[in-house]
Amino acid sequence: MGGDDARRAIDAVWRIESARLIAGLARMTGDVGVAEDLAQDALLAALEQWPATGVPDNPGAWLMTTAKNRAIDRLRRGEMAARKEEQLGHEVELRARLSEPDFAAIADDDIGDDLLSLIFTACHPVLSTEARVALTLRLVGSLSTAEIAAAFLAKESTVAQRIVRAKRTLAEARVPIEVPGAAEREQRLASVLEVIYAIFNEGYAASGGEVLIRVDLCEEAMRLGRILVGLAPREPEVLGLVALMELQAARFPARTGPTGEAIPLLEQDRSRWDFVLIGRGLKGLERAQALGRPLGPYALQAGIASCHARARTPEQTDWERIVAFYDGLATITGSPVVRLNRAVAVGMAFGPAAGLELLDQLGSEPTLAGYHLLPAARGELLERIGREEEAAAEFARAAAMSGNERERELLQARAEGRR
Amino acid sequence: MRVMAIVKANEDSEAGVMPSEEMLTEMGKFNEELVKAGVMVGGEGLHPSSKGARVTFGGDGERTVIDGPFAETKELIAGFWLLQVRTFDEAVEWMKRCPNPNDDPGAIEIRQVFEVEDFGEELTPELREQEERLRAQTEQAQ
Repeated sequence: MGGDDARRAIDAVWRIESARLIAGLARMTGDVGVAEDLAQDALLAALEQWPATGVPDNPGAWLMTTAKNRAIDRLRRGEMAARKEEQLGHEVELRARLSEPDFAAIADDDIGDDLLSLIFTACHPVLSTEARVALTLRLVGSLSTAEIAAAFLAKESTVAQRIVRAKRTLAEARVPIEVPGAAEREQRLASVLEVIYAIFNEGYAASGGEVLIRVDLCEEAMRLGRILVGLAPREPEVLGLVALMELQAARFPARTGPTGEAIPLLEQDRSRWDFVLIGRGLKGLERAQALGRPLGPYALQAGIASCHARARTPEQTDWERIVAFYDGLATITGSPVVRLNRAVAVGMAFGPAAGLELLDQLGSEPTLAGYHLLPAARGELLERIGREEEAAAEFARAAAMSGNERERELLQARAEGRR
Repeated sequence: MRVMAIVKANEDSEAGVMPSEEMLTEMGKFNEELVKAGVMVGGEGLHPSSKGARVTFGGDGERTVIDGPFAETKELIAGFWLLQVRTFDEAVEWMKRCPNPNDDPGAIEIRQVFEVEDFGEELTPELREQEERLRAQTEQAQ
């Protein structure tokens, strides 16, 4: 095997194996930082040896055995006892764990539990969202620090620092590497889902020069979500989040025009939507609904996206169903922005007057005071019932509030009746 | 990126011989692994070519329908996976792990899927419209 081929093969093996490897080592050592160091040791050994020997038949087991041997070496040299008072007990326990049967012999379920524990640990609420995002991409997504930095347009040293600090925080807080029990599970799961959706949104919100890298970020988030579905298949919100991401990503090819400008949903060329993702998203949502539990915010948002995805043309959109999903979402979140969106949907489903009535109720909402989409939505509905002067005034107000230049221009154009 | 892994036919698949229980078990495990790794987007097995047909296009606008089976077994396909992977090599590495408990000779061909943006300007509005009609029908069929 040539050096280049070997590197590519090792890179491919690494992408497949590293999360499981780190997860298993984290369970054994009780420390994600140590686990990652050991995994890196094993990777270095592979880079040294595989070009000469070829990739072993079971590369995952090879990497695990190598990492465990490194752990024993480090243990002998006394490098792994961070806290002296715990050294003895820790060492005895660790030796016992390291002498467990080989990776390959461990039942699949254990590997699943390890990986789930690792995900819950990397997304622990003791960490800031950005720390959780970086650590999850590094440990579970097996992205390099450089790749994470490129995706988030951050400096590599900043991301590296963030990861080091996150690992230290986890160790200092003595966060146990485990799947949280029933009492904690819902809140901890919410933390995991938040991280995955943050990764997705980082890619989804992007436009312009970095589109390619950032599509990768969306794909990575979907992959993490699908892994989570495999590990926790009976959680409607996990299924809901994956469906939501798939349905939103399906519009990716249609949401920007030739010069990178954003194209609103109802004006998109629907023939460019990705039907593989739409099919998966719709099925995932059905699975979430079939679990028979009340839908959470992600599944409800996926429900709204599914109404758009099913409509071959904007006119075929089932707005009444969208309103029903917004009802659920408004009840759960109580968010004024959700109520604003609901009012727009009501305007589409039951006529502009009904929508306007709801918007009027939101007029006094303090959190929406400077929010340009409120007057923009009013302008839209007023225009549809022919109150054009009032509509123009609302568009002008919206334009004055908007922080985005391009959007301001569009709103100003509508205020002046140029569109 | 999206990759299609195409399983080539062999004499058994063409004869409609169902896979052994061992094969089914191992393949089930492998599929589960693909799902759990978050790379599986879809996949299907195909009936033998004896239940298939071909439409051939003569250069002169002539279209002929030929019913299966078809002779060139190794060139036929028996199934496929659609995978979402980070690199093409990752898909290759996954397929190296595909079970083959009886050591049957065979092949899996791995190809990168075009995504809409890959077509660039070649995909005219007319072609897109056509694609949309096709998709509408596909979805109704589901």
